Amino acid sequence: MFNLRILNHPILDFPKQEKVKFTLDGKEMEGVAGEPIAAALYASGVKILSHSQKQHRPRGIFCAIGNCSSCLMTVDGVPNVRVCVEPLRAGMAVEIQEGKGKVI
Amino acid sequence: MMKKEILVIGAGPAGLMAAIHAAETGAQVLLVERAEGLGGQLIKQTHKFFGSKAEYAGDRGIDIAAKLIDWSKKLSNIMIWTKATVLGIYPDGVVTISHEGKFTLVKPEKIIVATGAAEKTMAFPNNDLPGIYGAGAAQTLMNVHSVLPGKRMLMVGAGNIGVIVAYQLMQAGVKVVGVVEAAPQIGGYRVHAAKLQRNGVPIYTSHSIKAAHGTEVLEGVTICKLDEKWQPIEGSERYIAIDGLCLSVGLTPLTELLWQAGCKMEFINELGGYVPLRDANMMTTNSNIFIAGDVAGVEEASAAMIEGKLAGLYVAAMLGHQKDWFLQDFQLAKQQLSALRSGPASAKVCVGLSKAILEEVV
Repeated sequence: MFNLRILNHPILDFPKQEKVKFTLDGKEMEGVAGEPIAAALYASGVKILSHSQKQHRPRGIFCAIGNCSSCLMTVDGVPNVRVCVEPLRAGMAVEIQEGKGKVI
Repeated sequence: MMKKEILVIGAGPAGLMAAIHAAETGAQVLLVERAEGLGGQLIKQTHKFFGSKAEYAGDRGIDIAAKLIDWSKKLSNIMIWTKATVLGIYPDGVVTISHEGKFTLVKPEKIIVATGAAEKTMAFPNNDLPGIYGAGAAQTLMNVHSVLPGKRMLMVGAGNIGVIVAYQLMQAGVKVVGVVEAAPQIGGYRVHAAKLQRNGVPIYTSHSIKAAHGTEVLEGVTICKLDEKWQPIEGSERYIAIDGLCLSVGLTPLTELLWQAGCKMEFINELGGYVPLRDANMMTTNSNIFIAGDVAGVEEASAAMIEGKLAGLYVAAMLGHQKDWFLQDFQLAKQQLSALRSGPASAKVCVGLSKAILEEVV
């Protein structure tokens, strides 16, 4: 866990932050409260966030600032959440999205 | 419906400067920002800026962001909305905004659009594999969220962003295996490129990406050499194993709102794509809509800041907030902008601007 966290940086200080639990397709995960969901997933080595609509190709982060829609996931049952800008909260149920996702 | 004198859309370097300089004259400003925080892309820029002292040269982007944010918050006549996405600008002047999830109407007298730009991608097989990012995205992940975008990475593009972000990847602890550049020479500032070369990072000029490989996520790329006509040279292919690839192949202005508002647009390659036509005071073909920063044409953040100042001062003056220092301040900012654009690195931008700036727009 947290194998891709930057711990020491020559310019930036990254203070230790509160860790929270959430789930990815039902599996328990850990991240930092308030960071984008995608950052928590990438830090844990998860790079596939969804599969494309027609060719079912894996999709990951492309822009990381909420522009490009490459990172749409289903969060707490809501499809098409831009996880590169959606803050992580304890207990979130995050799902890898297939295509457009399903509206309940 | 809320009424305001000036609505500034986007709180990056251009929008912050526009809001600050308009508010300093006494104008009532609403500054709206889509993200959770202010500062735009300055908040991930750990390198020191070039230019002159007026554009905070010598300061790191992150420190400039902190200064501007602090300044904007001290001005009580700037109302700041974050998590606020502008949805549309209508012919009657009404602007619709989704603010913290609520649908809101605002009626400003003047609008300054400072929405910035988005990163371009490039065409090669498997260019959509997870692990392939815009260079700015990698910068956001590592410098804002303290997460490594990969362990072993390659950069495409040796322009300023390419060489700067490649060095920042190294600072974060990524093994940077090289920088690939299609042009026969390095486009970015020598001082940044030299830092990479001193650290043993090869810069492959006249090279490009032929294909990316990986079953589920990026596992490697094939690079190839280009001839003088920028065509791949057969037999020059080389496989490089990487888990992250950054594309620094330019940006394109985020102009959706200007299109929707009916501003006259033109495709100007030197400015990154479609841009609004404007006059020398940043007014578009709609006399109530002004522009500043990358949305007006992709340039350095230093230029965006001065454009923001110009637009802010000018719009405030139009609304009757013309202080006795206006002309002096305005002319000085114009001079700073020309000085900034006088170098050889700005030649392309100047060609683009000569096509985008009209004597009269309305």
